[in-house]
Amino acid sequence: MPDIETAAGQLAEDLKKYKADYIEARLEQSRLSHITYRGQELESAGQSSAVGGNIRALVKGGWGFVSFNDLDDLPRRIELAVKQATLVGREESRLAPVEAIVDTADNKQDIPLAIPLAEKKKLLDEYNQIIWRTPMLRTSVIGYADSHKQTIFLSSTGSYIRQPRTDITLRLSAVAAGDGDVQQANLSLGSRGDFSPMRRLHQQVGEMAKKAVAMLSAPQVKGGEYTVVLDPVLAGVFVHEAFGHLSESDFVYEDDRLREIMVLGKKFGSHELNIVDSAAVPGLRGSYKYDDEGVPATKTYLIKEGKLVGRLHSRETAAKMNEKPTGNARAMNYRYPPIVRMTNTYIEPGKASFDDIIAGIKEGVYAKNWFGGTTSMEMFTFSAGEAYMIRNGKIAEALRPVVLTGNVFTTLNNIDAIGNDLDMNQGGGCGKGGQYPLPVSNGSPHIRISRCLVGGG
Amino acid sequence: MENILALARKTAEAAEVFEVAAEETSVQFETNRLKHIESKQSTHLALRIIKEGRIGYATTTEPDDVKSLISNAAETARFGMPAKFELPSQVSYPRIDIFDPAVEATPLEEMDKLGQELIEIITKHTPEILCEAGVSKDTISVKLINSSGGRAEYKKSIFSAGIMGSLIRGTDMLFVGESRSFCHPITQPEDIAKVVIQQLELAKNQASVPTGRLPVIFTPRGVASALVPSLVTAFNGKTVLQGASPIGQKLGKSVFDSKISLWDDPTVAFRPHSRPCDDEGVASRRTPLIEGGVVANFLYDLQTAALADTRSTGNGDRGGGLPTPSPSALIVAPGQTSMDDMIKDIKEGLVIEQLMGAEQGNILGGDFSGNVLLGYKVESGKIVGRVKNTMVSGNVYQVLKEVTAVGSQAEWVGGFLNTPPLYCPRLSVASKG
Repeated sequence: MPDIETAAGQLAEDLKKYKADYIEARLEQSRLSHITYRGQELESAGQSSAVGGNIRALVKGGWGFVSFNDLDDLPRRIELAVKQATLVGREESRLAPVEAIVDTADNKQDIPLAIPLAEKKKLLDEYNQIIWRTPMLRTSVIGYADSHKQTIFLSSTGSYIRQPRTDITLRLSAVAAGDGDVQQANLSLGSRGDFSPMRRLHQQVGEMAKKAVAMLSAPQVKGGEYTVVLDPVLAGVFVHEAFGHLSESDFVYEDDRLREIMVLGKKFGSHELNIVDSAAVPGLRGSYKYDDEGVPATKTYLIKEGKLVGRLHSRETAAKMNEKPTGNARAMNYRYPPIVRMTNTYIEPGKASFDDIIAGIKEGVYAKNWFGGTTSMEMFTFSAGEAYMIRNGKIAEALRPVVLTGNVFTTLNNIDAIGNDLDMNQGGGCGKGGQYPLPVSNGSPHIRISRCLVGGG
Repeated sequence: MENILALARKTAEAAEVFEVAAEETSVQFETNRLKHIESKQSTHLALRIIKEGRIGYATTTEPDDVKSLISNAAETARFGMPAKFELPSQVSYPRIDIFDPAVEATPLEEMDKLGQELIEIITKHTPEILCEAGVSKDTISVKLINSSGGRAEYKKSIFSAGIMGSLIRGTDMLFVGESRSFCHPITQPEDIAKVVIQQLELAKNQASVPTGRLPVIFTPRGVASALVPSLVTAFNGKTVLQGASPIGQKLGKSVFDSKISLWDDPTVAFRPHSRPCDDEGVASRRTPLIEGGVVANFLYDLQTAALADTRSTGNGDRGGGLPTPSPSALIVAPGQTSMDDMIKDIKEGLVIEQLMGAEQGNILGGDFSGNVLLGYKVESGKIVGRVKNTMVSGNVYQVLKEVTAVGSQAEWVGGFLNTPPLYCPRLSVASKG
């Protein structure tokens, strides 16, 4: 079987030979390693390698997509993609124009796979011992994974882009149990290739384990509406779920009713609210130079001074909405076509200090850290890893973790204080259309939301 | 595969080669029309070895690259868990029908037609609805050989069809949907469409519920979204072995309502999750998990079973990694009560079709809390409309300790779960009204 460079060289010529409005190919070669612990012992260590690619063809507005592991006989794959697209196409193909780019991007990344497995294991052993030293601790789960991928993107319009991508994730969970009850606390982080953030976690891991134990004796919040303060990590998940997904134009571009709701200039929040998505910030997990359609990354304001000013696009959604492409078409890997995705999404910092934010709250909830989040476009939920009551302007007793919910169209309006302490969370992964987990980051300063619905006992 | 096994045996005392090759074709519709056709060819090769008593593991998509596959596995074996199990030597398995050549033979045009028909039925009922639909066919070939002489090989076909409709009025959004999956081709759109139309009918009006404690009926889809994630974790032999399962010490004890029985069953003919053996070559069998409210078994793979001093239940599953215990298909025994009778019994309460975000809480402890993405208010024995801005919370172990009734009509949800509706006495409901 040819390697991806050789296969790409041949493809560059072949892509131009077929009768289609547009054809692109993505070839990938990747290596991954992982270590997991369950309890005191290492559960699994593994290494894998993969080679694969795909061809995507557009004919009269219809798409054909073929993915494969076998790089032999690529003309046959192109033919199939074109045939499929032809079967679908019944209208006019529209793609926002982009310049043909020939580039080799960002080749000086750290490669965590170069660090010996033994060294990674030693570090994880240290963390696991810290967890297990905590009284009442029942068990622990640790998952570490790193990957390094080389991709080549090429198109029938002459683009030829080589781009590497490195990703590291680490998730630690401590599970405490007592009296038929089980509680857990988590710590998640990730990086774009730099291993050093994984090394300095000893104190945080110890605190995490203690939190899991403390939750066993914590009460559950009474369900209802509260003034809620979110820490930067959870507020980052909130902005991703509560607004980020709605700004992905593939939900909107062919839906007239949603286009009416999402009209530019519409007010979503207060004058202080600014929301940004940017793959162009270097060094974060959602950062890149070109997206998976070969479009350069941009910084896109989604909300500026409370008003909707932009959205995230692929070349097709941009063309159909007569807007500029933003470079947000991303694919998990070669098995999937690119779809509109977020990258690094955040609320810009405001002026309030944390003390200002909680000062006036008589009874509220302070929610920190995350378990997860999801959205239906209109409604969203997100769950906190830690929660406390706020009483008379002060953080009071610890609660069991809470799940919060809201309505996209009202909750952003209910943000009535924005802190000055922006922080980016690198530990998440985003799921959409069966493509999970895509590396993203999200962030925010502390924020306060009035009348937020909290589920409880 | 044989040469990989032979080469691996030179450095390791035991070895197992597992290969999955798949071909998948799908036809996808967006905003009520055909948009995208996809086909995916994939090959995945996994090598597990036992070297100096420890497990090593590596995977590749390149069957030719034997050398790095073996050296990768050998490197991880330096740190791997001590192997406590022996690879099975079984070569013959019970016959379970899971392959129908008609799936592979279904032309794209037929798949397109099925999708179009589905959308036509739904849009005829509700003209302003926008549907996404998908029809797909898969053929999967699995092969496994090991150094104990064990050998398994089977082929499976899967045909799936699904539709999701969104109905937007102002900023109010309603999402409805249903999907089905079999080892035979699906040829008729009516069964799927019927479910979606019923959802649209029931959701026509809106209703509000008070904050408080209310009786709740979980439909089969509701059971899947709210109650099943915790049970899957709790019955996993690995969770039990770690001491993290709330029912880990309750084998043989009554933990759930006596009306509840649950089992894992990979042997039902032509179901997408059925197979003759698991991913370690252990024969498939039906495993009772709850029998009349009593905890009957947990699910095991070879290694977890050996550590727990028991036998594998044939639930070793590879999600791309080392085998780990996982249910094949869960089945809840139907009860005596019709859905209509359950609804008639409620003065004020809820029917829940989908609870969004319920799997994001403390699953280990059984807590769930989610937004009612699709659910209906019941008033004086009648469904009066759809509820919104409502959260429902509970704990699986408290909810299933005493259920009011188990429905008489079971349904498949997403190919993985077969369950009747469950009627539960009182759950915490928080609402914006």
